[in-house]
Formats: sequence, structure tokens, C-alpha cells
Amino acid sequence: MTAIQKKTHNPIAHLTAEDIETLGKELDAIRDEVVASRGERDAAYIRKVIANQRKLEIGSRAILLFSLFPPAWVVGTAGLAVAKILENMEIGHNVLHGQWDWMRDPKIHSTTWEWDHVSPAEQWKHSHNELHHTYTNVLGKDNDLGYGIMRVDEDQPWHPVYLGQPLWNLLNACFFEYGIAAYDLELGHNLRKGRYKTAEFRARAKQVRRKIRKQVLKDYLLHPLLSGPSFLSTLAATFTANLIRNLWTHSVIMCGHFPEGVETFEKRSIEGETRGEWYLRQMLGSANISGSRALHIMTGNLSFQIEHHLYPDLPSNRYQEIAPKVRDLFDRYGLAYTSGPLPKQVFSAWKKVFRLSLPNRRPARSVPAPVMPVLVSSEAA
Amino acid sequence: MSLRDRLFRIAEAVTTPLLPADYLDLVAPLRSGVELRGRILAVRPETPDAATLVIRPGRGWRGHTPGQYVRLGVDVDGVRQWRAYSVTSVPDRADGCLSVTVKAIPDGVVSNHLVRRVRPGTVVQLDQAQGDFVVPEPAPAKVLFVTAGSGITPVMGMLRSGIQAQADVVLLHSAPTPDDVIFGAELRELADRGVVRLVERHTDVDGLLGVDELDRLVPDHLDRETWVCGPVGMVNAFEEHWTARGIADRLHTERFRRAVVAPGAGGSVTFTRAGVTLRADGATAILDAGEAAGVIMPSGCRMGICYGCVLPLREGAVRDLRNGEITTAAPGDGVLIQTCVSAAAGTCDIDL
Repeated sequence: MTAIQKKTHNPIAHLTAEDIETLGKELDAIRDEVVASRGERDAAYIRKVIANQRKLEIGSRAILLFSLFPPAWVVGTAGLAVAKILENMEIGHNVLHGQWDWMRDPKIHSTTWEWDHVSPAEQWKHSHNELHHTYTNVLGKDNDLGYGIMRVDEDQPWHPVYLGQPLWNLLNACFFEYGIAAYDLELGHNLRKGRYKTAEFRARAKQVRRKIRKQVLKDYLLHPLLSGPSFLSTLAATFTANLIRNLWTHSVIMCGHFPEGVETFEKRSIEGETRGEWYLRQMLGSANISGSRALHIMTGNLSFQIEHHLYPDLPSNRYQEIAPKVRDLFDRYGLAYTSGPLPKQVFSAWKKVFRLSLPNRRPARSVPAPVMPVLVSSEAA
Repeated sequence: MSLRDRLFRIAEAVTTPLLPADYLDLVAPLRSGVELRGRILAVRPETPDAATLVIRPGRGWRGHTPGQYVRLGVDVDGVRQWRAYSVTSVPDRADGCLSVTVKAIPDGVVSNHLVRRVRPGTVVQLDQAQGDFVVPEPAPAKVLFVTAGSGITPVMGMLRSGIQAQADVVLLHSAPTPDDVIFGAELRELADRGVVRLVERHTDVDGLLGVDELDRLVPDHLDRETWVCGPVGMVNAFEEHWTARGIADRLHTERFRRAVVAPGAGGSVTFTRAGVTLRADGATAILDAGEAAGVIMPSGCRMGICYGCVLPLREGAVRDLRNGEITTAAPGDGVLIQTCVSAAAGTCDIDL
């Protein structure tokens, strides 16, 4: 069976093994250029984003002390939602990727950073940096594909339980940070396999519980208490800010690997994968979001998902700068650079969620999968 | 739990996952109770390639003894770099500031940045003053200082603090030309007033100072408690001279940069807590190898004197780049090694 969406052509059939290795070298060259030119400008950028985020958060929370007054509620909630989005996306996600480790500042370092999220940084780094970024879009390996709860490809056998997946997806979007925490814990898998009794799982579950307790205490008890008579309205405000943040991050992340045009891969296809082939899989397995500079910052530059997946540890402010060069490579190697405005990509991803909740309309046809040419020939042998 | 602790715990719960300090850093980076920082107030050129930085230390600064150095963490091209510099100011400056004097060395990433590019207002990371290149209390009656280049900086700190009022001081200083003498005018003024005997050696004309010239330049040098600060070759020659006469205990030394002996084979180095394993050759300091791999390594002088980079070697073998000496650690040991002058000499597990 193939893993590609039901297409009539293999998008990389025209590339030889040598082409792919040359492509890999060209991508390495772009990376080397950025690494060689990282410097003061980049450091100043992240420090400014962090400082502004903290000011925005503290300012918004200060305004929410008077959240009984409706304009204060609206302004404070909006500010807090933006601060939380920046904290998770442009700062947390990227710092935890090690994008800023080169500065050797122990305060902005992947090994010391903790984020405003219920999943402890340590666990998220494992499931995200190691698993998702290594096995991007490989069915059965990359749990980011549908988070283990959804049918994300025609080739996954349909089951009536998937009828509910638009609802699961909506719930996951609303409480996304909890979904991520459960997923970083591999909760479903560990429960099914009866591993929930192991010391390792219990230790990790305890870390998550502690993190949840701290987050909940801060957002839903301490800050409301500080607001005195505005207790309930501040509680509602922080809940709303978290909800907005969750919906936003879920949408951005869905746009990264889920819209039409993004390829998925089967496990077999990555055996013995070369660096060039890994790059190619990242190119085909990711999609960008087009938009303004503000949009890019609010998505943590994950609007340059393709560039991010090619170079997960380069500073996020550089993705936009290298995008034209990356795009030029797509053109020269005859590959489709998937990109679109946010509403279009969100719609496309949701459409797929709905479509795949139903059984395939046609029986799955055998079409060539985007397996790497090297492996095609080894299969033939 | 005291009320203060309790309030602090609540403040932490309010700012989690950040700390209250992360917000206070936005407005008051020099306050007490946090890691020490300093703000550069002025940069004054001393010679064409040396400058003095006046730094207002944070409130945790505990002062220094003349002759000591301070570790400075400076962001150069966005990367935090730590170096050690001698304090050249007196301990009780009226404005509470301290000064260090930096000489730009060829290809010196930090020294060139500090001498030529850094602007007043910049906040730098600081560490408490350290070092035993100091004159004891009470001072010996007769003192000889032998310095070269920026080796004058710790001695300048001592002279400004008035060591010459307690002792008969001879200063033998080497620099390429008269204009290259850091603090030249100030030193000559001390000499003119007759409080210090100054012997200037201009090496572009007169060549490097040899130990055999001491009898002629400072006939009573063996009667003097002596402090030598300068390049490795010079300091080594003085050590041999004093040791040969059985009075090595009367010589105090400080070197710049390390002299590297022939490298060994190298090995794989694991930083256990950081979860990083790398291959390091036998000529590369573990500090440099770790930094190149993105590990946050503690560091300081990078020449084996300040012990700011010391880490426990849990298992394995390292080679001292200065003398080739091998240090080994059995499993479970925590032999402290100076990563700036130690290269891998086999598989190493380092606790970081």
C-alpha cells in the first residue's frame, strides 16, 4: 500500500538519487551561510521579543486586575492572549528547539527554558524535537500526524470511530496544550500497553501533573485572587486568553503538515534514508502560510514551516530571509512549494479532517508512493 | 518558613514558569540578590591598542584585593564570552566603580571588542574578584615587579592602592615602544616623584628581557619578594632562575595564555547532564570542544589560571595541554579538571 494521498503521480519520480544528493548539498550551503552570519542582530531580535512579550504580559495582567470594567477585560484579555501566543510560539517553541543556544546565554537556552504550557519542556523536547522532526510525516512514526487520534490518510483503514474526528479535532484545538501534554506522555499508547504502572511513566506523569497544577494555580486562582472583586471576570479572561492561544496554535500547527498538497510517507520509505532524502521529505511534508510580518511573528515563524523543518535549529527570524532561496530550489528541482494564506490553509486542513472521517469514496488505488528513488531500485532488486 | 520566603513562594507561583527575577531584570539588572552584573560607564583609551573600562558593579559586588582579577561575560556578535581581566582600580573608589584595562591582542575576539567596539551603557556579566597574585599584609620591605605588556594591569592596581608607601618598589616593565606602555604617563610620574624605581624596557629596540640581565638592572633582585606577570616564556624563565637558587617561594607569577605541548590522541567526551557526546581531538581544550557543540560551558580566563571552568570528570582521562600531564578518573570519581587547559585523552564522562 502507498502512503501518498490519492494522487496519480509520484511528485519526485523525476529526481535521480544524484539529484537528491545535490539538492541536499545546496540546502546544506544555505544552512552554512546562516550559521556563519548569526550574530548581534539575531541576539538583539530574540532579546527584544522576550522583553516585549514580558512587558505585554505584565501589562495585560495588570489591566485585568480591573477586569470588572468591560473595556479593561477586553484589552487585558486580548493582550494576554497575544502575550501567551508569543510566549509559546516565537519564544518557547524556538528556544526549546535550541535555535538560540549559540548565544551561550544560560537564560535563553534550550536546556534551561521552561514555558507557559502544561507539557514540561523536557518531555515536549523529546516528542517534538526528536520524534516529530526526525520522522516528519511518516505514518506510524510521527504522532504529530493526527496526534494518534485521527485518520490522516486515505490508507489508514476507516473505522466508525473516525466519524467523530471533526469533534475530537475541535476539542483538541480548544484544549490544545493538554492534548500536547497527553501526547508527549504518549498517554493513549502507554495506557493501552499497560505501561502506566512503570516507574518511568509514573515519574513523567507526575511531572506533568505538577506542571498543570502550577499553570492552573497561576491562571485560575492567584491572578483572579489578586484582582479582588474582579475574581470571576479575571478567571474568565485568563480562560479566554488560554482558549484563544490554544485555538491559534492548533490552527498554525495544523497548517504546517495537514493541508492538501502535503505528502505523507510510509515507514519502509525512510529505511537507510540519506541526508538529501531527509531534506526532501521535509520539503514535501510541510506547508507554509503566507501573510504579513506580524502574522509570521505570531506563528513563531512556523508560517515558514518548510524552512523550519529543513533547519529546525536556525534562528526563527532567519526563515523569512532564506525562504526565497529555498523556494528557488523547489522550482529548480520541480517540487511543489505548498503555501497559502491562513484562512485557506485552515480550511484545507479542516476539509481533510472531515473528508477522512468518512470511508474512502473510491477503493484505494495502487499509485506510486513518494518513496526515495534509491529505495525504489533496491525494492526492484 | 519566614514571611519573606512565603511571599517569595507566592511571587514565584504568580510568575511561573518564569521567576519574579526575570521580570525585575527588565528594569533593574544590577540589583542585589541576583547573579552579578555590571554596567560599563566609560571606555577610555590608554594606548593605541589598550583601553580602560569603568564598570559599575551590581549590588552583590564584594570588592577586590589589588592584584586580583575579575571574570567578565561579554556578548560579542551575540555570543556570550567569558574572560578574566585584572582589576586596575583601587578597592575603595569613591563612586563604587571598578576598572579593568584590556589590551587588544591579534585575533582576540573579546579584547578587540572591548577595546574598540563596546559602548558605555552596555551591561556585562561579572563574577567576584579572585586570584592570589596579591601582596600580603604586611607588605615585604623590598618588592620587585616584573611585567610585560598588559602584565602591568594587576601591578597598576597595587601601585594605585599605595603599595609603594609600605615597601621599596622596583618595577621592571617591558613594552615594544614607549607609546605602548599602558599607564606610561602615570608610571613615569610615580618614578619622577621618586616613590617607585621604574625600569622601562622597550623591546622593539632593546630586545626581550633576559633573566641574565637582572644582576645589572636590579642588582638586589634576589633580596626582593618578586611578582612576575607576562607571557608564558618570560614567566617560565623567571621561575627557573628563582627555583635554581632555592627561593621559588619568594616568586609569585601570573601568565597570559597557555603554552601548548604536543597533543595526544583525543577521545569521545560525554557531558552527562546536557546529554551531549562529541569527538574531541587531543589538541582541543574540552571547553572549546563543548562550546563548539553548543553546550553552555562555565569558563573564565581560558588559560588555566582562574578555575572558572572547572568541572568534575566522572570517568576517563584528560591531558593537560600545558605540560602533557594525564589525569584519570575511575567511575564515580569526581576529579575536578580545568576544561580550558584539558584535552580528552580517552573517553571522558563529564558532569555537566
